[in-house]
Amino acid sequence: MVSGLTVSERRLALVIAGLIAVCGLAMAIVGRNDLIGAHGFIVLAFSLGVIALVATRYLDPEPPEDRLSQYYDDPTKAGIVLAMIWAVIGMFFGVWVAALLAWPDLTFDAAWASFGRLRPVHTSGVIFGFGGNALIATSLHVLQRTSRARLPDQFSPWFVLIGYNLFCVLAASGYFMGVTQSKEYAEPEWYADLWLVIVWVVYFLIYIRTLQRRKEPHIYVANWYYMAFILVVAILHIVNNLAVPVSLGHAKSYSLFSGVQDAMTQWWYGHNAVAFFLTAGFLGMMYYYLPKRAGRPIFSYRLSIISFWGITFMYMWAGSHHLHYTALPQWVQTLGMTFSIVLLVPSWASAGNALATLNGAWHKVRDDATLRFMMVAAVFYGLSTFEGSFMAIRAVNSLSHYTDWTIGHVHAGALGWVAMITFGSLYALVPWMWKQERIYSPALVEVHFWLALIGTIIYVFAMWNSGIIQGLMWRTYNDSGTLAYSFIDSLVAMRPYYIARTVGGLFFFAGAVVASYNIWMTIRMSRRAEAAGRDTVDVPASAALVPGE
Amino acid sequence: MGTEHRDPVTGRMTTGHEWNGIEELNTPVPRFVLFFLAVTTLFAIIYWIFMPAWPLFSTYTKGILGFDQREVVTRQVQEAAAARAGWMDKIANKSFAEIAGDEALMRHVRETGPTLFADNCAVCHGVKGTGGPGFPNLTAGAWLWGGDPETIAQTIRAGINSTDGGTRVSQMLAFGRDGILTSDQVNSVAAYVRSLSGQPLNASEQARLPAGKEVFKANCVSCHGENGKGIRDVGAPDLTDPHWIYGGDAQSVYTTIYGGRQGHMPHWQGRLSPADIKLLTLYVGTLGQDGSLGKDGSLGKDASLGKDASLGQDASLAEDASLGKNGTGGGGKP
Repeated sequence: MVSGLTVSERRLALVIAGLIAVCGLAMAIVGRNDLIGAHGFIVLAFSLGVIALVATRYLDPEPPEDRLSQYYDDPTKAGIVLAMIWAVIGMFFGVWVAALLAWPDLTFDAAWASFGRLRPVHTSGVIFGFGGNALIATSLHVLQRTSRARLPDQFSPWFVLIGYNLFCVLAASGYFMGVTQSKEYAEPEWYADLWLVIVWVVYFLIYIRTLQRRKEPHIYVANWYYMAFILVVAILHIVNNLAVPVSLGHAKSYSLFSGVQDAMTQWWYGHNAVAFFLTAGFLGMMYYYLPKRAGRPIFSYRLSIISFWGITFMYMWAGSHHLHYTALPQWVQTLGMTFSIVLLVPSWASAGNALATLNGAWHKVRDDATLRFMMVAAVFYGLSTFEGSFMAIRAVNSLSHYTDWTIGHVHAGALGWVAMITFGSLYALVPWMWKQERIYSPALVEVHFWLALIGTIIYVFAMWNSGIIQGLMWRTYNDSGTLAYSFIDSLVAMRPYYIARTVGGLFFFAGAVVASYNIWMTIRMSRRAEAAGRDTVDVPASAALVPGE
Repeated sequence: MGTEHRDPVTGRMTTGHEWNGIEELNTPVPRFVLFFLAVTTLFAIIYWIFMPAWPLFSTYTKGILGFDQREVVTRQVQEAAAARAGWMDKIANKSFAEIAGDEALMRHVRETGPTLFADNCAVCHGVKGTGGPGFPNLTAGAWLWGGDPETIAQTIRAGINSTDGGTRVSQMLAFGRDGILTSDQVNSVAAYVRSLSGQPLNASEQARLPAGKEVFKANCVSCHGENGKGIRDVGAPDLTDPHWIYGGDAQSVYTTIYGGRQGHMPHWQGRLSPADIKLLTLYVGTLGQDGSLGKDGSLGKDASLGKDASLGQDASLAEDASLGKNGTGGGGKP
């Protein structure tokens, strides 16, 4: 992959990696009495690894000129592999924290294995590690195909991909050590946040620069969503992470916000992370891979437009529904609730647009587990957006808030929608990228589909039951007018559901392992074909930059 | 770039856009989508009219219902308190004896007590009040400071070795660590202490008893009393009963004597209302009563905590001792 870079790009890679290595060394020295020092060493080791990788191929000949007439897919390939690695890591920790709730001794008396540290490793691992890498990989693929333009250069996509994974490594390793801002889904500390801003700006510029050079008159819907994802996540990330570090040698920082303003900023961020990271980005994925795999035109261009603008406009207001019945002024809660309800319409319009696109291809849904992944994802997208709007109603929220119902809702979205659309898209994309006619084993895709679906259903039903029982127990009064149940009573009642949830998670995790194996074997198939000197099938290389795959 | 054409499946025209083979139909937005958009928007507008909704420069639109969540929750809390006032006030105002004699009030105590106990006390004393290593069993009647209601209430109010001004203070010295006794003396007195509750001793422990008794007389009686039955004024436990907070096996007793003990219980006044503390006192009292009935069960639990290996012996001892225990414990109870 390094030999695909031009010599000047290799030189630039060495310079940038060298600069980051120097930063890492500086962090290690200045922060030697603090956890930031440990992170300095990680940054140093990471960048030295990158330098070693580039240096070993530095003297390779320049890549052939005709590469410019082809799409640049190496970063996409690497992104797919990284996404699957993070999927296995993140879901493994998900199963662990689920088991911890049923069997609390599974921390083994180790600080790093306590619930508070493992849980963000799970959430960041699956959202940012798995989801983020999948988004970067697919967006670079979709961007080129729908613009009929090659990426503007070969260095910046690698900078984005590798830089983003450095951020993920800093995040996860920090949680184990106890480095956290204690802001949900925004746990990494100031220096990791600053680094992500740089990476993200480069990511956005890749998008703009490629779109500027597009050979299609219109910008495809998928790109609207990917752009909204990149742009809004940048805004959210910067505002919510405004903080002042104790010193340059300390990991700890203090947020610019306090009290209810902090809570509101955090949930404006948190809910829009759901909206623009976990929804908009993956809708971009859906709008490309679903019609492509189904071989059908999008059901309605007009519906795409109103759902896009409905979603981007309405989500911005919805965050305050996380703070019903709190110190947040009620008028803010009202706005959060009412916009959440209106939001249901564009959300369902998107889900409906996807499902109606399958008209004329339902026989393929029946036979092709890859397409079925995407169909089920659209269904879960519809289900969880309905549930979300429902839970945003104050009266409903008074029952659901702080209970496992919220966890069930999140996982209906995360497992049913985000992960399923990703697996479906990757199963479609992997054979295209590695120039194979099909995935290594369609039967294993079928196995994965059922593992994922069963796991999701067990998980979601367990949490619905658990959450509603919990909510009811907390609000039940006895004849004396005092609470009928103690908190620990409700915990005892939760236990069977916690065990069921762990089982559901195990199913889903097993599916991810099967997927990783299947994808890995497809890659090996491609390598064997190359080694045998067989001409790789499928994509006519010379014909790239016109409809390819 | 494609061209507009009719899709054979749906009969709709395409928009004429095409991206790498993906086309779009020019299907109009379905009527019901627009209908639901209108309905939900209308709902939002009506909700805004009735409820607090939009920020103005220094205030916000209050809504014609004049609804305010702070007022609502305050009113609900007051109403709930008023609904409980009938019996809560009686608990607050009557003496413990009067309440204990009033079956209707005791029904409220038994109904409310478990939740109050589980939410505040169970984390140390266990859901059933049976305690655990380091935390006293409240069902056994083996009170450190006395089991009459006023004494229990004072313990809850002020705590033990707490930060409250009126806290109960109790400390057992670190006889071994601080060099007051030699290791040999600690071993001897540990054997003697274990003999007080009738635990079976091995030969070497038997041999240590006379020496242990001397050490006990010289060092322990000021708190634990001549006969080892404890002194409640200083919170020193009875060493003759089968109940152990930190364990009654040889190793645990040695550790206690060597390193001393200073248990801690937080104070609850200021956090729980006086009526709640009274209610908890009465509930803890019922635990003791149940305890004397179901003593074997709770003792069996003690034994199974694994304080030493000889479970069978322990259990039989516990039965013996619980008879003696009932005598003393009963005296201290209401």
